[in-house]
Amino acid sequence: MSSPTKPTRTRSSRHTTSGGKDAGTSSAGPLGGDLLGRLLRSRDTHMSVVLVAVILLASWMVPRFLQARTMTFLLMDVVAILLMALPMTLVMVAADIDLSVASTAGLSSAALGVMVEGGVPFWAAIGVCLVIGVACGAFNGVMTAYVGLPALAVTIGTLALYRGLALVVIGDRAVANFPEWATGFVTSTIGGTGIPWISIPLALIVLLFWLLLHRTPWGRQVFALGHSLEAARFVGIDTRRTRALALVLSGLMASVAGIFWTLRYSSARSDNAEGLELTVIAAIVFGGVSVFGGKGSIWGSVCGVFTVGVINYALRLDRVPDVVLVTITGLLLIFSVVAPSLVDAWKQWRHRAKVAARAAAPTPRTGAASA
Amino acid sequence: MSTATAAPTGQRRDWSATLRGALSLRETPVLVALVLLVLATWLVNPRFLAAQGVKDLLLNATIAMMMAAGQSLIITTKSVDLSVGSVLGICAFTTGYVFAEHPGTPIALVFVIGTLVGAALGAVNGLLATWAKVPAMVITLGTLYAFRGTLNWWAGSKQYFAGDRPQAFGDLGVATIVGIPLLTVLALVVIAIVSLYQYFARSGRDLYAIGSDPAAAKVYGIPVGRRVLTAFIANGALVGLAGVLYASRFNSVGATTGTGMELDIVAACVVGGVAIVGGVGTAYGAAIGALLLTTITSALTAVGVDKFWQKAVVGALIIVAIVIDRVATISRQSQLRKKGGAA
Repeated sequence: MSSPTKPTRTRSSRHTTSGGKDAGTSSAGPLGGDLLGRLLRSRDTHMSVVLVAVILLASWMVPRFLQARTMTFLLMDVVAILLMALPMTLVMVAADIDLSVASTAGLSSAALGVMVEGGVPFWAAIGVCLVIGVACGAFNGVMTAYVGLPALAVTIGTLALYRGLALVVIGDRAVANFPEWATGFVTSTIGGTGIPWISIPLALIVLLFWLLLHRTPWGRQVFALGHSLEAARFVGIDTRRTRALALVLSGLMASVAGIFWTLRYSSARSDNAEGLELTVIAAIVFGGVSVFGGKGSIWGSVCGVFTVGVINYALRLDRVPDVVLVTITGLLLIFSVVAPSLVDAWKQWRHRAKVAARAAAPTPRTGAASA
Repeated sequence: MSTATAAPTGQRRDWSATLRGALSLRETPVLVALVLLVLATWLVNPRFLAAQGVKDLLLNATIAMMMAAGQSLIITTKSVDLSVGSVLGICAFTTGYVFAEHPGTPIALVFVIGTLVGAALGAVNGLLATWAKVPAMVITLGTLYAFRGTLNWWAGSKQYFAGDRPQAFGDLGVATIVGIPLLTVLALVVIAIVSLYQYFARSGRDLYAIGSDPAAAKVYGIPVGRRVLTAFIANGALVGLAGVLYASRFNSVGATTGTGMELDIVAACVVGGVAIVGGVGTAYGAAIGALLLTTITSALTAVGVDKFWQKAVVGALIIVAIVIDRVATISRQSQLRKKGGAA
């Protein structure tokens, strides 16, 4: 790209190499302006705008969307996906991937069911489930980071393995006799507001993950090794430990999601949360996470998950059959990754047209008519 | 690059060298595993190798084998196509639709239609992935949903059953040649063609170069975009053909046909020695991988293992296959280093 001569900036959702640095260096705008410009160009801002737009659109198109009940059910629907999406963001920023999350959730759900049925105290059972999640994540982490196998291949294997273990644990039965207070808490709301109690711990978890990725040295390491594993190693980052830890977190949160799922539907089955791994990945890629690693943010992922959630919920309210929902998810995902290329292609075409016009007519303002 | 993908030299080698070459093939471990599995199962339960048992086994594996062969083309170029389950569903449903709405359509024409529909959907994937320069995994994750939704919208709750199809077409699913099902023979021919293309054709060799190092391939002058697009179209065509076979083999096709197949197919490729990082692997290896995964399930049933253990065993096998492959690669590299060759 040539250095832009005019200071007009089209708002594209990708930093072009020239557009990112020209402000605040030679043209010496005040720092605030630069910050505002950066804010306007950031992917997080775009995602926030998209989310707000989708909510407004839903409220306008589907009158019944603006109810307290919406808050409750919408949140209930996205909790499991969000719980998996947060650590998945870390894993994918580190240029790995974890396809086994939904199976880990299923395994922890099956384990919880069998233990509660067998008379194990509820909290002890929850503790064991979390340990199972950590173990699942640790196995992925060791295989990927320490043995040096590609995460995609390993987690496709453990996707089948953990789901298979869930079948071994509980078979094709369903366990439903969970303590009333536990299932009640998961689906209860704060007073008459329609905000579920579960949203308070959820907000805390989101905050924790945001701090972890964006405000700690460890988070910087994750970004660094996502950009370049070699470089990160030379800088002295323990790349293996960092990658393994991200996958362990993923396993842990997947088991939390499995526990939530079990209590929400009061049912422990081996096929709980089946197929959710691709939904999670689709939502966070839509939120700006790159499959190549090094790009992404917690806020973007949260917006991505909620945007998909709002669209699905609003359409379901509008009695659009479920079948159309998946199409929209797919098209959204495709459009969000193709859009930057579209913008780039248009820019290049304009740039070429300008160059051609200049070449055709050395004196400006005459060749413009033909361009 | 591994020995499996080294260009044929053409000079006569002595017998032991040939044997050594065969043993160092990436496909050898999975083939050995398959033979051992079949033998062990047969020893425990001789009925496992009865004519009917073999026929059912091959028929069940046929569709996955064809899809794995197609997927190997994609994975060797460092991409992955996650939309194959949805494409299979659309093509299988199209087959049912053509027979139900236009009775009297020649069977050969239906095969062509299914294959073309698959190729068209593959072209959509390939064009999006190559033109937008985004990872194929993301694009095909999107089209996985988009295609499935399109099929849902088209099919609704409608299903086409075996009764809607001509008798001759259904008979394809049970006909045999020397004890091998006709559909399997057809699939084997297609897989052989794809493997030969990968081994001998210039554009087939290019796929490995692209997968090994896309940037270098571009510098070398290989038309990367066009080759990857071709791989996607070929894979789509194979999945489309598999969809027609599906309609012939199974009783009903509907909106959910082929759901969740994509990761099984990728797993079959991985087990069959197609490295997920690209540049290595063959169509016949992937097909053997698919056959092995299918056989495991049947074998466990035959020896009376609790059915709940089967999925876990398949998962463990995938992990073992990746580890073995990794160990083999490391030892091969250290041998090369000892010889003074480039590692």
